[in-house]
Amino acid sequence: MVEFFTTTNTGILLLILGQCLLVLVPVLVSLAFLMYADRKVWAAVMLRRGPNVVGPWGLLQSFADFLKYIVKEIVVPAGADKVVFFLAPIISLTLAIIAWAVIPFNDGWVVSDINVAILYIFAVSSLEVYGVIMGGWASNSKYPFMGSLRSAAQMISYEVSIGLIIIGVILSTGSMNLTAIVHAQDTGWGILGWYWLPHFPMMFLFFISALAETNRPPFDLPEAESELVAGYQVEYSSTPFLLFMIGELMAVVLMCALVSLLFLGGWLSPVPFLPDGVFWMVVKILFCFFIFAMVKAITPRYRYDQLMRLGWKVFLPMSLGWVVLVAFLAKFEVLGGFWARWATGG
Amino acid sequence: MTPAAFAFYCFAVAALGGGLMTVVSRNPVHSVLWLILTFLSSAGLFVLLGAEFLAMLLMIVYVGAVMVLFLFVVMMLDVDFAALKGEMAKYMPLALLIGIILLMQLALAFGVWEFDVGAVERAANPVEDVYNTQGLGLVLYDRYFLLFQLAGLILLVAMIGAIVLTLRHRSDVKRQNVLAQMYRDPAKAMELKDVKPGQGL
Amino acid sequence: MIGTDLQIILPEIVLSVFAMVALLGAVYTTKDKAAGLLVWGTAGIFVIVGLWIGTTGDETREAFAGSFVDDGFARFAKVLILFSAAAILLMSQEYLARRDLLRFEYPVLVTLAVVGMMVMVSAGDLIALYMGLELQSLALYVVASLRRDSVKSTEAGLKYFVLGALSSGLLLYGASLTYGYAGSTLFSDIVASSVDGVSLGLLFGLVFLCAGFAFKVSAAPFHMWTPDVYEGAPTPITAFFATAPKVAAMALFGRVMFDAFGVVVADWQQIVAFLSVVSMFLGSIAAIGQRNIKRLMAYSSITHMGFALMGLAAGTVLGVQAMLIYMAIYVVMNLGTFAFILSMEKDGMPVTDIDALQMYSAREPLKALAMLILLFSLAGVPPLVGFFGKLYVLRAAYDGGLAWLAVAGVVASVIGAFYYLRIVYFMYFGEEREPLDRNGSPVLWGVLMVSAAIMVFGVINLFGVEPLAAAAADTLVN
Repeated sequence: MVEFFTTTNTGILLLILGQCLLVLVPVLVSLAFLMYADRKVWAAVMLRRGPNVVGPWGLLQSFADFLKYIVKEIVVPAGADKVVFFLAPIISLTLAIIAWAVIPFNDGWVVSDINVAILYIFAVSSLEVYGVIMGGWASNSKYPFMGSLRSAAQMISYEVSIGLIIIGVILSTGSMNLTAIVHAQDTGWGILGWYWLPHFPMMFLFFISALAETNRPPFDLPEAESELVAGYQVEYSSTPFLLFMIGELMAVVLMCALVSLLFLGGWLSPVPFLPDGVFWMVVKILFCFFIFAMVKAITPRYRYDQLMRLGWKVFLPMSLGWVVLVAFLAKFEVLGGFWARWATGG
Repeated sequence: MTPAAFAFYCFAVAALGGGLMTVVSRNPVHSVLWLILTFLSSAGLFVLLGAEFLAMLLMIVYVGAVMVLFLFVVMMLDVDFAALKGEMAKYMPLALLIGIILLMQLALAFGVWEFDVGAVERAANPVEDVYNTQGLGLVLYDRYFLLFQLAGLILLVAMIGAIVLTLRHRSDVKRQNVLAQMYRDPAKAMELKDVKPGQGL
Repeated sequence: MIGTDLQIILPEIVLSVFAMVALLGAVYTTKDKAAGLLVWGTAGIFVIVGLWIGTTGDETREAFAGSFVDDGFARFAKVLILFSAAAILLMSQEYLARRDLLRFEYPVLVTLAVVGMMVMVSAGDLIALYMGLELQSLALYVVASLRRDSVKSTEAGLKYFVLGALSSGLLLYGASLTYGYAGSTLFSDIVASSVDGVSLGLLFGLVFLCAGFAFKVSAAPFHMWTPDVYEGAPTPITAFFATAPKVAAMALFGRVMFDAFGVVVADWQQIVAFLSVVSMFLGSIAAIGQRNIKRLMAYSSITHMGFALMGLAAGTVLGVQAMLIYMAIYVVMNLGTFAFILSMEKDGMPVTDIDALQMYSAREPLKALAMLILLFSLAGVPPLVGFFGKLYVLRAAYDGGLAWLAVAGVVASVIGAFYYLRIVYFMYFGEEREPLDRNGSPVLWGVLMVSAAIMVFGVINLFGVEPLAAAAADTLVN
């Protein structure tokens, strides 16, 4: 039996499919509750009650929404480029899903443990802009188009600083494999060994850039409802809209997972005497998501020129300077290899 | 057929089909989208060759950045491509003739695919037993240091060129002073007045 | 290892660092106010680096596993490039400043272009070749459209860019074929792979490479961009185009032909001979109808490239030596001629119509005489230096077994003499017209006089260029 799954092509295919489902189903189901949590946090900050009707404490609200999206009529605007119009949400969702292939949840719990995992995620997340830009263009309407243009410029700008911050982490680790990056943070010092400390300011830069990259408030200008109605999603309804929503939320959760892996030690336990495990990974993702939700609730939206200025004139020089600094710190093994984890055996 | 061979044919067909559709598409935006498919398929081919680092760079740089800007421009340009295509039709026979001649010549060249015995040896992977990211790093900053730096200089020239040819210091526009904006505080910017009911200011 | 490599490319490093420092300094301080000073400083650096390279000694050194070659041939070309670029910078300063075109990026771009050219002539590898070529070309595209508010200048830049990109495409295509069949981009490996019989694929690569180079040296039938770019670009930049990049491209052509395809001389000889004969005739005949002196100089340079290629076509040491001597003479003649063209002004505006030169000799006999000497030299009238340049290439072609090419060269040079002599006729025997301004900056006057003097006094021993060129050619071919 084991032989069938490890040697024959069909077996390997089935095995991979099983692994994918094992990742995908929990992530998708948890999305429903994360959506609910997002709304609850938002409501709590505004002193409202939030969803509370469907199911106990409104827990099933997301499923009701899901059902509603599925059964409603799909409206296609006249003059829309039909193929691209439907391709856009599918691309958006697909890209959000395939990025999970390289995310390790525990030591060895990863669908595909490739050497360039972090580059892969970076590449996939840089493709996510296409869903937005195609959707906006194919709608053949002004607001969506403006929304997609904004989004394209914004995502490209912040990708640059995300990339540079990641380079800093790669320099410290000496590998682009996510599992190796987590292992490098396992120094025996628990929470003090994780990269948030040596890469302290960069964790916040990364987090803020992730907000911009996923079009979350305060950088949700592509869908700024006060100016652009809902940006690139204006003309979408029913299932395609749902796909966009899921894609977007999955990208957010992916960014949370990335912050956990890169800066918060992935599945490592914060204190040495507790065992490591998938539990910690989930807790960290949830913590990051909570911050995402809080940011959405408490910050006002940026002005577009300020957003661009922040990306190019503040984040880019800072992260570039940090790469240079880390390169020196790692090369000369300052503080006993605090920035050069291959030297400390981490 | 092995899975690798199957994947190769998928990517190869997608790359060629995408390239073809890039040329024949009527809508320029569709052309760009097809081109993206071509790039993605080429990235897949790179992965099959074991050059995963190159594949990822192709995706990040070309698909993730260059093509987005491309799409940006094509979407915003209001060029009547149909008219341009009509103009092109006039020269089509000549272009076809040149194309066919070139194709025949290439067939001639590749038909007798014979290279020197040493060629394969020289083309072989010079760095062995390391991941190709590491291998690239080892040669890039050593043997190919000069070329790497020259590429940097070329980019510098491109940047200078873009600025020289387009930057204009206009004196008739009002510019933002970001620092002034940031250091504004309510005390300086506004005045609170206690307005009595029924009196007004 | 890398330390010795860096030492070999030290001149290039010095120039690039200078360019970057100058750029940063100018951006953060005075902007265009320092441009004049920067132009003089850059020219000074060029001269210093030129002298430094010229006195390095005569051994052949290779850096970066052979992708950069520093030999006598490269040094000869580099010195020529650096000196001519320095002269052009000095000549252009006043002209550009008066037309409000003197921006501090100009000397920086020229410096980077020169770095590109230096890498080109030292290339020992197809990738280094391409990198140098692109660095040079990209900087030239930008300076061609420096006068960005003029339609002609931007058109020149764009035309140059599009056709240049096309030629780069051809070149890259050839390079990839060559790489595919030789299995390496190193010239030494390419030569090794063709020792026992050259494959058809490699030959295709050679043809495409030649087409790409022909574009860069503006040899017919790949010359289409030359007249428009020469006419549209600001005159000092036209002068730059006509000198240093031509030397670099020609040297690169020679380097690739001998270093990478040195054992298949017979195969590329016919291509180069064809380019040569077509360029000579096309340049000579097409120039007859031109009234614009910049366009005329464009066709003149096409003809001269044809002659220089004749030396290369010979495929011998003598041929390469002849080519180098020819290029050196060509550069000096062009510097003088463009110094004259730069001083052609009426009411402060540049004039390019040759009709404006009618009876020029009556007003400025000395400058007219200098121009007369230069034009005679360009036409190859004995006993001026230009004649000796032609004599060298003709002799090399004859010795190399290409007697027909030598005969064609003589015929073409007789045809070409017509349009040079017509300008002389206008200057001395034309009818009186509204006179040109009697201005003239001392630099332009100086360059004109010096180059005319060289044309006359050089006949004694060519200022010792001959043995230097012979030594340089020897290092390339053997």
